[in-house]
Amino acid sequence: MPKRYMVIVFRHLLTDALALRRLELKEAPFVLAAPVKNRVVITAASPAAEQQGAFTGMAVADARAAVADLVVVDDTPGKAAKLLRLLGLGCIRYTPIVSVDLPNGLILDISGCTHLWAGERGYLTEIVLKLRKAGFDARAAIADTPGAAWAVAHFAVSRPIVESGAQAKAIAGLPPAALRLSDEILERLQKLGFRTIGLLLSIPAQALRRRFGKELLLRLDQALGRVTEYPEPLVPPVPYVERLPCLEPIRNAPGIAIAIEKLLSAVCTRLQAEGKGVRKAVLKCYRIDGRTVQTGITTNRGSHSVSHLLKLFELQISKIEPALGIELFVLEVPKVEEMETPQEQLWALDKGLADTSLAEMLDRVAGKVGSQTIQRFLPAEHYWPERSVKAATSITEEPETTWPMQMRPMRLLNPPERIEVMALVPDNPPKLFVYKGKRHNITKADGPERIGREWWHDSGEHRDYYVVEDTDGQRYWVFRSGYYDGGDAQWYLHGFFA
Amino acid sequence: MPVEKREMIERLQKDILQWEGYRPPPVGTRNLVGLGMVEAAFPNGVFPIGAIHELVCGSSEQAAASGGLVTGILSVLMQQGGVCVWIGRARRLFAPALALFGVEPHKVIFISLSKDKDALWVMEEALKCPGLKAVVCELGEINFKQSRRLQLAVEQSRVTGFVLRNAADKLGSTSCAARWQVRSLPSADMDGLPGIGHLRWQVDLLKVRNGQPGSWILEWQEGRFIPVEEITLTEERQVG
Repeated sequence: MPKRYMVIVFRHLLTDALALRRLELKEAPFVLAAPVKNRVVITAASPAAEQQGAFTGMAVADARAAVADLVVVDDTPGKAAKLLRLLGLGCIRYTPIVSVDLPNGLILDISGCTHLWAGERGYLTEIVLKLRKAGFDARAAIADTPGAAWAVAHFAVSRPIVESGAQAKAIAGLPPAALRLSDEILERLQKLGFRTIGLLLSIPAQALRRRFGKELLLRLDQALGRVTEYPEPLVPPVPYVERLPCLEPIRNAPGIAIAIEKLLSAVCTRLQAEGKGVRKAVLKCYRIDGRTVQTGITTNRGSHSVSHLLKLFELQISKIEPALGIELFVLEVPKVEEMETPQEQLWALDKGLADTSLAEMLDRVAGKVGSQTIQRFLPAEHYWPERSVKAATSITEEPETTWPMQMRPMRLLNPPERIEVMALVPDNPPKLFVYKGKRHNITKADGPERIGREWWHDSGEHRDYYVVEDTDGQRYWVFRSGYYDGGDAQWYLHGFFA
Repeated sequence: MPVEKREMIERLQKDILQWEGYRPPPVGTRNLVGLGMVEAAFPNGVFPIGAIHELVCGSSEQAAASGGLVTGILSVLMQQGGVCVWIGRARRLFAPALALFGVEPHKVIFISLSKDKDALWVMEEALKCPGLKAVVCELGEINFKQSRRLQLAVEQSRVTGFVLRNAADKLGSTSCAARWQVRSLPSADMDGLPGIGHLRWQVDLLKVRNGQPGSWILEWQEGRFIPVEEITLTEERQVG
């Protein structure tokens, strides 16, 4: 199907929006202004102000001289983007793919949408009238390319609908500014006497590139449809969606489970055919009181097994509040993963971390107690004990280095706990220490193992570690923070050995 | 007649053991987990894999020692590759220590939970997963019903479960295959060298189902358990 685009341009976006909120400004000449290099410059002018000679880009002082009763309002930066986003979301009822075109436009991909309004003319009238009724000075145009529609919407006086393939004819009479060019190129074109786009079309591309650079050719090609342009959609389309409308509102858990199973089997059949698996799924429940409740699951490995995904959702059902009833279930799968088809095995080998049953078990655990509780550690190249392990990012990530084989305690105290210590000689291991009110006499000790702080990470003292064994045979990891310095050395207990 | 009777009783006892899930080992596969003498205390002289073992830990020191023994057993269980799950309180276990006992720490999945209720749920789920070799769980307390659920889970999947019980003061009965207690012992001098020798523990089997409780001293030397001397305490046989 050929692509069709509609561009909506709001000529007085900011002032219209302000006039809607402050009714006293509706008829008055007013401008929005912001300071630029020690001058206050007009950033947007209302239609009344423009009629009396105050335009965008003028200094406010000059405009005040021209218009006696000019009202000046401070401009908030980023306002236009916010307004366009809201307007764009409002337009999603007309097409799912809407993108914002700063500073004052919207680009709608309307391919295959217009027949619901009896053709493009009806579609365009409907949208423009709706926006004008809401108080926005909107104009729109429809063409095969966003570029051509943009040109016509901004600069053409009549004929907003460009027939398919007739872009060149439609934009030939428009000024070069309709091509969305930079000021520098526009100025050069002006100097050379190119008053319309039509004059450019007759010149060979090589000559244009030599004089004006790539930008002009790109914009020309985009407008004429020789280069495809992809506006960035406001709401990214989700490739895998299933909907399940219910005749009667669903109000209980078994009903929700049945709905989820139906949706999952539809999605999974499709995913299975494409060799993909779900990594993340979101269930949206539209209730009859107008609210939406949603819940989601994630998996460690792609899966298209209905029974497994259903088990994950069953853990979430209790969190869905149906209130008066749910009339529509929508299952979206925003994240999928390619799945390698497992080869049939005659005898089961130990697959270790790549095992499917393991991944499914972890998914269930993550659904019940949260995925942040599950961790796997890899060695990190640091001697500092707290930094010597790092969390693995995925279930199958392999360590880059080998595990160190120094004596390390089975249990580590985090943070280390202060202990009272008696040592005979400053550099000797302690003779006894007191931990939680209990005295431990030390009979054997190994050390010191000096571990320096990594100065590029944090500052502080180094640590001298000792492995000590008390009379009961219990083994501890203790350290002195910093050098022995006149009697007040600080000792800490950091771990218990097996 | 008495000889015949004894033979019959022995045969019946063997049958009962088999019905309870203790299979006699294939010939030549004794000493499965490298515990040496300790394994003789179990029925058929085999360390029960696919069962729940509980280790009683009264203090942090004992918990560390129990962790060492469990890791040593895990290293044998995970020899042919495989993964195990360690459920515990947030960030208590220090992963690099596992490497000393021959377990690759990145083959262990840690799940840190603060509530016993969650830990038991996760342990049961993990025990049902046939892709695992073993599940270790640090708990405060476990009662008979909960241990029975865990036992039922492993009977299907043949995963070995270890429960480290931290509340040693109230020891209710459980359906676990064995109840252990591990305490550190002072290490022996190594040829008069200063410093700490090989790690040494007093390993007590307080209860063994269909087996013989006892007490042993084990040392961890060069990647395996070495029994130091045998002190078998002949206690009366406990069943159940």
